[in-house]
Amino acid sequence: MTAVQSVGTPDGVAIAFFAGFIGLTLAITYWAAKRTSSTDDFYAAGRTVTAGQNGIALAGDYMSAASFLGIAGLVATSGFDGLIYSTGWLVGWPVVLFLIAEPLRNLGRYTFADVVAARLDPIPVRIAAAGGTLATIAFYLIAQMVGAGGLIKLLFGIPYEAAVLIVGVAMMAYVLFGGMLATTWVQIVKAVLLLGGAAALALLVLSRFHFDPRELFAQAAAQYGTGVLAPGKLVSNPLDAISLGLALMFGTAGLPHILMRFYTVPDARAARKSVFIATGLIGLFYLMTFVLGFGAMVLVGPDAIKAIDAGGNMAAPMLAELLGGRPFLGFIAAVAFATILAVVAGLALSGAAAISHDLWSSVIRRGHPKPGEELKVARLATIGLALVAITLGILFKGQNVAFMVGLAFAIAASANFPALVLSIFWRRTSTAGAASSMVTGTIATLVLIALSPAVQVDLLHHTSAIFPLKNPALVSIPLSFATGLIVSLLFPDRDGVARYAALEKRLMLGAD
Amino acid sequence: MRTLEYDPAPRETDASTDPLQCPFPALPSRAMAPSSEGVHLASAATATRALAVRRWRLAAALTSAMVGVYFGFIALVAYRPGLLGRQLQPGLSVGIVLGALVIVAAWTLTFVYVNWANRVYDPALSALRAHHDREA
Repeated sequence: MTAVQSVGTPDGVAIAFFAGFIGLTLAITYWAAKRTSSTDDFYAAGRTVTAGQNGIALAGDYMSAASFLGIAGLVATSGFDGLIYSTGWLVGWPVVLFLIAEPLRNLGRYTFADVVAARLDPIPVRIAAAGGTLATIAFYLIAQMVGAGGLIKLLFGIPYEAAVLIVGVAMMAYVLFGGMLATTWVQIVKAVLLLGGAAALALLVLSRFHFDPRELFAQAAAQYGTGVLAPGKLVSNPLDAISLGLALMFGTAGLPHILMRFYTVPDARAARKSVFIATGLIGLFYLMTFVLGFGAMVLVGPDAIKAIDAGGNMAAPMLAELLGGRPFLGFIAAVAFATILAVVAGLALSGAAAISHDLWSSVIRRGHPKPGEELKVARLATIGLALVAITLGILFKGQNVAFMVGLAFAIAASANFPALVLSIFWRRTSTAGAASSMVTGTIATLVLIALSPAVQVDLLHHTSAIFPLKNPALVSIPLSFATGLIVSLLFPDRDGVARYAALEKRLMLGAD
Repeated sequence: MRTLEYDPAPRETDASTDPLQCPFPALPSRAMAPSSEGVHLASAATATRALAVRRWRLAAALTSAMVGVYFGFIALVAYRPGLLGRQLQPGLSVGIVLGALVIVAAWTLTFVYVNWANRVYDPALSALRAHHDREA
């Protein structure tokens, strides 16, 4: 077997591909900047994105480096267990389609808080929603930035701090100048590259096994034991698996940067169609991770992968070099970098919207911002978020931040999702109920994570943790729903139920 | 500029000023399914409520199906690892087949919803929109 040792050394091909991606996306940003002059343009690309484009962009926003490199690595090093993530990350999408996408498009304008606040007192609701949004985004951003720094160091040999800086500055440029239009097209380019790269890699793997996945899996079992095709030690605690599953499933429907994408299409019908396309693409991608993971296990070998990176993240790039040489490694490395850039751009834009639209215009200005003010605040917030992301990325250097993606999903599932569902579907939902549900979801998730083995044992090296589950969703989601229900019944809005009839009409027919 | 929040001022077409509408239009009216004839019999607000209930029931059923499929899979992973390790053909373990089927189930359920929405929901929405316009 060919020795794989180029991963981690500066590589001209990889850097050329990467420079090409940066050049292309900056050209897109320049083009988009000329078309971005109003808040509608900045947050929602003027609502001109087609269902097909938004479907691809949703897939681009969602398929993070964690799912590409992480799952391939997990399958390559521990076999079947990695597939629990492949499936878990997809099953949230049908839930988004059935419960959220169309009502969201019809009721809101820029943020998910628009929907929750639609018939409630906007001030407490928006403060609570912005809190949940910013908490979700902060942890997701830290995980992406730290991941990016480490990854880029491994892939290109660029120093960690420089990598974090490049990601932060590029992300800021896309969002600041090109707003949602540039961000959308960055996602589309990235999604096409990622799906194309993964498909090419999967086909190259399968070509070694007569295009029969069964032969690949059988080889894996022959070399590393039949255990690799069965559940292993990752799910030693069933409640842990269920809790993680809940966070993945319902967190997707509460991720602010995903929800925001539904405002870019002209109407609810297009929103529906775009989730259908995204579900198809993301499912296809996760099916390919089966092949990539087992391919890396058989062809590269778990020990060789762990020797480069203990977490297994280099499985897919090493597989690329083995099968397609250094040019293909360079391409896959550039795709991984592009993936991170696109995801952080989407996160920054939704964070800027929470600050400018929810906090500044609706809370501080009581719904009456001066003309043009909201856009200025959104751009300032983008610069602020980029600086915060770069700082946090450097501060958390070398920390194990893997749990932070799970944490971001847990907050999204516990703080944002219950309030959204209650306000859309339950007419008795009151201002106090929705706000307390979001606050409870956020705080409960943060406290339980702090007490969990992920922080107490893995991070602080204590021998045991007060809260037994690695992911708090099993407790925090029901807690948040219960808070919303009980507080709504105890503290109803005076005319809240009557307002629901008007809301329901708009929910189905749109605002016009 | 349109206000962001629900604005109580323009009440002309609101359900609350509809003389046929009780002040708490919450109870779903099962008889008012907005078929092409049904919408003419019911007030627009009642027809809206009925269609909302129909969509909500389907959404709840499909969501439950997805939750059931995925957590059924997770439960098997957690409690029946031996069964999932059994190989149907060399290389093809039950676990891998079921994992792929979870993805196929997600696709199928989204297709069921989109198909229903295109065939039933969208035409019903158009009828409802026309109904509201007539009443306004």
